[in-house]
Amino acid sequence: MLENARERRVRTGGVELCVAEVGEPGQPTVVLVHGYPDSKEVWAQVAARLADRFHVVLYDVRGHGRSTAPRPLRGGFTLEKLTDDFLAVVDAVSPDRPVHLVGHDWGSVQSWEFATVARTEGRIASFTSMSGPSLDHFGHWINTRLRRPTPRRVGQLLGQGAKSWYVYALHTPVLPELAWRGPLGKVWPRVLERFERVPGDGYPTSSLPTDAAHGAWLYRDNVRARLRRPRADAYAHAPVQLITPLGDAFLSERLYDELEQWVPQLTRRTLPARHWIPRSRPDQLAAWIGEFVTANEGGRTVTAPDGKYAERFGGQLVLVTGAGSGIGRATAYAFAESGARVIAVDRDPEGAAHTAEMSRLLGAPEAWAETVDVSDEQAMEKLADKVAAEYGVVDVLVNNAGIGLAGSFFDTTPEDWKKVLDVNLWGVIHGCRLFGKQMAERGQGGHIVNTASAAAYQPSKALPAYSTSKAAVLMLSECLRAELAGQGIGVSAICPGFVNTNITSTARFAGVDAEEEKRRQKRTARLYGLRNYPPEKVADAILRAVVRNEAVVPVTPEARGAHLLSRFTPRALRAIARLEPPL
Amino acid sequence: MTTAVAGERAAELRGFRKVQRLAYECAEAVAASLEPGVTEREAARMQRVWLRERGVRDWFHLPFAWFGDRTAFVNFRVPLQFFPTDRRLEPGMPFILDMAPVHGGFTADIGYSGSLGLNPLQDKLMDDLEAHRELILREVRERRPLRAIYEDVDRLMVRQGYANRHRAYPFGVIAHKVDRVKERRWSPKVFGFGTQSLKGLAADALHGHREGWSPLRSPYRFSDHPPRPGLWAVEPHLGFRGTGAKFEEILVVTDSKDPEESAFWLDDDLPHVRRWAEGK
Repeated sequence: MLENARERRVRTGGVELCVAEVGEPGQPTVVLVHGYPDSKEVWAQVAARLADRFHVVLYDVRGHGRSTAPRPLRGGFTLEKLTDDFLAVVDAVSPDRPVHLVGHDWGSVQSWEFATVARTEGRIASFTSMSGPSLDHFGHWINTRLRRPTPRRVGQLLGQGAKSWYVYALHTPVLPELAWRGPLGKVWPRVLERFERVPGDGYPTSSLPTDAAHGAWLYRDNVRARLRRPRADAYAHAPVQLITPLGDAFLSERLYDELEQWVPQLTRRTLPARHWIPRSRPDQLAAWIGEFVTANEGGRTVTAPDGKYAERFGGQLVLVTGAGSGIGRATAYAFAESGARVIAVDRDPEGAAHTAEMSRLLGAPEAWAETVDVSDEQAMEKLADKVAAEYGVVDVLVNNAGIGLAGSFFDTTPEDWKKVLDVNLWGVIHGCRLFGKQMAERGQGGHIVNTASAAAYQPSKALPAYSTSKAAVLMLSECLRAELAGQGIGVSAICPGFVNTNITSTARFAGVDAEEEKRRQKRTARLYGLRNYPPEKVADAILRAVVRNEAVVPVTPEARGAHLLSRFTPRALRAIARLEPPL
Repeated sequence: MTTAVAGERAAELRGFRKVQRLAYECAEAVAASLEPGVTEREAARMQRVWLRERGVRDWFHLPFAWFGDRTAFVNFRVPLQFFPTDRRLEPGMPFILDMAPVHGGFTADIGYSGSLGLNPLQDKLMDDLEAHRELILREVRERRPLRAIYEDVDRLMVRQGYANRHRAYPFGVIAHKVDRVKERRWSPKVFGFGTQSLKGLAADALHGHREGWSPLRSPYRFSDHPPRPGLWAVEPHLGFRGTGAKFEEILVVTDSKDPEESAFWLDDDLPHVRRWAEGK
């Protein structure tokens, strides 16, 4: 599974460890430590993505994979012995320079020990932790909650207590071993694919039953001892990056609430995924690990952007259409503040370029402007190819570009219809089709946001064409959400309502002459200005919708009100539809 | 006769120029001594002490200091929020120092934007302020109504992609008149504004009300007239999300027919002007 790996064996404390290396030995060394029940091959995808820049080292923890097991097993898996193993490995692969440590699950649990004991000081340059808390921190976490059991704290305790069922199970003698060597070992790969949504790519290796059987001693040798008497000096002596998958079935994100008191330099990241992120999200992990290692290697302290959702969007690739003004521009800025890389797409080159420039100043590590008319199928295809080739696969797609069209049905000409549907509906279809496809093919999740409108569910005799186009966007989003749910891709429809943007001054008013159209544009712009709902708040709602994976998001109070009416008293809504707007 | 008037005028402008320079020197000195952890109150006190040591006894208004997103007046709803708070300065944070000392009877009113360490966003805002300085001078020379100038400045800000933050100032002013002030031994202040200066402003407002002009330049109807001769403190203020930048300096408006003479900046040797010149 590990391509072009150089293997060596390291003897330490009565066991022989199987160590694999990929990448140039001259580059900074990144040591990847696997969890339970896994072997070093769990990192195959991540290692392959890091190998071009780093000297990547992986080893099978004692008793796992092709490393030998201690005799006897009992007492052979204590954190002290695991620390001996780690030091033996890093002394062999990187005798002169400190290494960058990365751990997942039990690999992270033991790495916390490495990063907090005195004898490894100076050997660890940075530590990236995912899905594995320090047992000492965990012990203190439980103690604080037991000492002052407020309802919230009791809830947190019970929540984590329920998620830890397998820990109790592993403490029963013999039975876990029997299960793993018997039926559980056989069905495990399918369980992972079914419940953990990992790709079926030939992993786990054939050593799984023995790995899992031996690994039970990781729990039995350490958990009770450490939780009962957690160390009081478990302070990290290296910068730590904490990556928390939000859909982890085994660990609550609350476990890390008080982590700052143990880690002076902590960078937090979150991603919507389940427990086995090294297999389900290798791209994102490789990007975050690479960034963190490079920053610490250069001696820079990592200053993450302080935007509200920086943990979630830092380094992600976000494409926003209609980003030259209004809601699109505000959305691009909000993502930029959260440290995302932004592609600002607009048919107005100046507007797009300005958005990209300001996005960089706001904290986007990179930002680009692309001039494309979203209704132009070929141009959109070209854009999709260019984005995939030059910037990568989009993590969040915001189909926001839209135009306004008012006027009665009989005043609306076929050309008017074509134009509004081309931009408002086909633009969204092209976006979802092209970029959504790239997301789905990558198979590592993502999110699509489509800007619909309150007009999608609020009928009006003044906006037949616009409302139709937006209703189509709303339904498209709902259908797509159902289709993509299985692939970890969320779809949200945003229904803003009356927002103070320049859509009013560019809107077409069908059935009136140019002069009257100008007057109505001015008048609408004035009314929207009086309403004065800022696009920044819509942008905020968009980011929140992505974080929470919301389906339909009405934003302004009037949009929320109409949404409620549409569900409970649609007749009232129809009555409102008959009113003549004050233009 | 005319030479005498011109001489007196020149002496007066020299006086104003001297205070304005003093104030900017103060801003630069205080800005250079700011460090992480300093609060707005402390920064305001540093300005006050610096100027008091150099003979300033009265104020048009007491020094202000705004840090972080307070430079963009984020969530400012009542005027009391302008006053310095215990907000602490952090590395990379933008700040604005704003003071209006009276010295020898001459008033200055200045605004100085900077940041602790690098802040490329505020640099960009400062760069974009240059166009406003040119626009205001040009339009004042064209004798456009104050309200129209205000609206043009506003439009330029929107075109640049920013929010107009001076709208948050009392009366939404972008400029106000400043004048000579009699020096008194006791100079009481009301809400941070010197009573002597307020008296002057009130007298102007009264005259203006009778004659149809106003000592404030704002978007409101009372500013719908060409600029009156006199000294105007002009303060365009850009805001972009959590970052703001402004400058403030005195524009001299005369009743001369010669456009060059009809309006000019009191002093072109100021930090922000030098900055733009260096950038070219």
